[in-house]
Amino acid sequence: MRREKGEAVLKGKCLLEPLDFSVEEMDGLFADTERIIASPEKYSEACKGKILATLFFEPSTRTRLSFEAAMLRLGGQVIGFAEAASSSVAKGESLADTIRTVSCYADLAVIRHPKEGAPKVAAMNASIPVINAGDGGHQHPTQTLTDLITLKMERGGFEGLTIGLCGDLRFGRTVHSLIKALSRYEGVTFVLISPEELMAPEYVRRDLEMNGAVRFEETRRLQDVIHRLDALYMTRVQRERFFNEEDYIRLKDIYILDAEKMKAAKPDMIVLHPLPRVNEIAAEVDDDPRAVYFKQARNGMFVRMALILALLGIETA
Amino acid sequence: MVVIDSISKGIVIDHIKAGYGMKVLEYLGISANYNTIAFIMNASSQKHGRKDVIKIENLTDVDLTALGLVDHNATVNFIEDHVVVKKIKLRLPDKVTNVIRCKNPRCVTSSEGGVPHIFHLVDERSKEYRCEYCDDIVRAVE
Repeated sequence: MRREKGEAVLKGKCLLEPLDFSVEEMDGLFADTERIIASPEKYSEACKGKILATLFFEPSTRTRLSFEAAMLRLGGQVIGFAEAASSSVAKGESLADTIRTVSCYADLAVIRHPKEGAPKVAAMNASIPVINAGDGGHQHPTQTLTDLITLKMERGGFEGLTIGLCGDLRFGRTVHSLIKALSRYEGVTFVLISPEELMAPEYVRRDLEMNGAVRFEETRRLQDVIHRLDALYMTRVQRERFFNEEDYIRLKDIYILDAEKMKAAKPDMIVLHPLPRVNEIAAEVDDDPRAVYFKQARNGMFVRMALILALLGIETA
Repeated sequence: MVVIDSISKGIVIDHIKAGYGMKVLEYLGISANYNTIAFIMNASSQKHGRKDVIKIENLTDVDLTALGLVDHNATVNFIEDHVVVKKIKLRLPDKVTNVIRCKNPRCVTSSEGGVPHIFHLVDERSKEYRCEYCDDIVRAVE
């Protein structure tokens, strides 16, 4: 299988944050994803003999299962653990030693960790490619790949879009990564919708202020801006990120997207959500054709298949 | 009038912002137990009004990266045989390793031992640095 001219070669690289790949490399990955979606059966043995290690120091359903499903659909095998308690970390082993050991057994490692920057430390000590599958409230670059491929498939591209990000923008790592990735595309406008306590971190807002190619605004009320949006990215207020339960209870249901609010939205506005959802999107919205979050979850598996192939240097064309 | 002898060999850190002298010594990790130090606080200065000055005898090997962080307006004079042989104007370093620590309790550096504490300069005017791992922003001197 030959790679088309101009497509990216990502063999041996790590994906720790959304800007680790160039725009061209991302385009190559999206082209690979669309090829896989068109004929998944062609790739059912592409990773035969390869092993993926999934190191989940924090619970996950979607990300871990979608990585495992992606590797199994490529004909590869998976080893790993789903919580820190079932790893040697429970015995006091350092992250550096864990990843050095895993490098001896696997061809590629996926890591989720509650500490921010842990995947970078893992990559510094690994001899195999490392993928960040979420580090605390910091970044989640493979969810961003999922979000971007969905936006591309549903809206045709990113330039000039007005994107509302709503909910927990402070601890919402998927939001931080998505903003970072979309900031490279001309004419994007971000509308940041959150209560004051859950505003985007200083480093995210500072990057936006310094970026001349994009615009951003902040508001507290979803209903004031929903009519202007091309895409609405809803997020869950995450109980696990709060040190204080009272604050969580006060803020958890601050935004609820329902059929009434959707009436004010554009007919082609799409609703995205990294999932899991709690109360922030009413179940009645699921039947609205503009709600694409379950398609998004499906796309996540395919884009992770493309990512695994690219980092292992296996061509798709 | 306070009179302090000149030193024959060592360094003189001059033009330190008044009140920052102790912090400079702290950042440099220099102890009076092992070094002969003259520490002048709140001296009059034509340039700055008031300043601190530190003279350290028989020491020329100083981590200027750390010093630039505490007061980048200070100057360092290297003395040999009572003569200034080199004068360095400090600046804020673009990258510092193991000088400041991340205050974010969620940062991996708070729990994983042996990880170098690396920061990158983001804003020279406000002396703000960004953590290599968690992107948290800290002021170099508070």
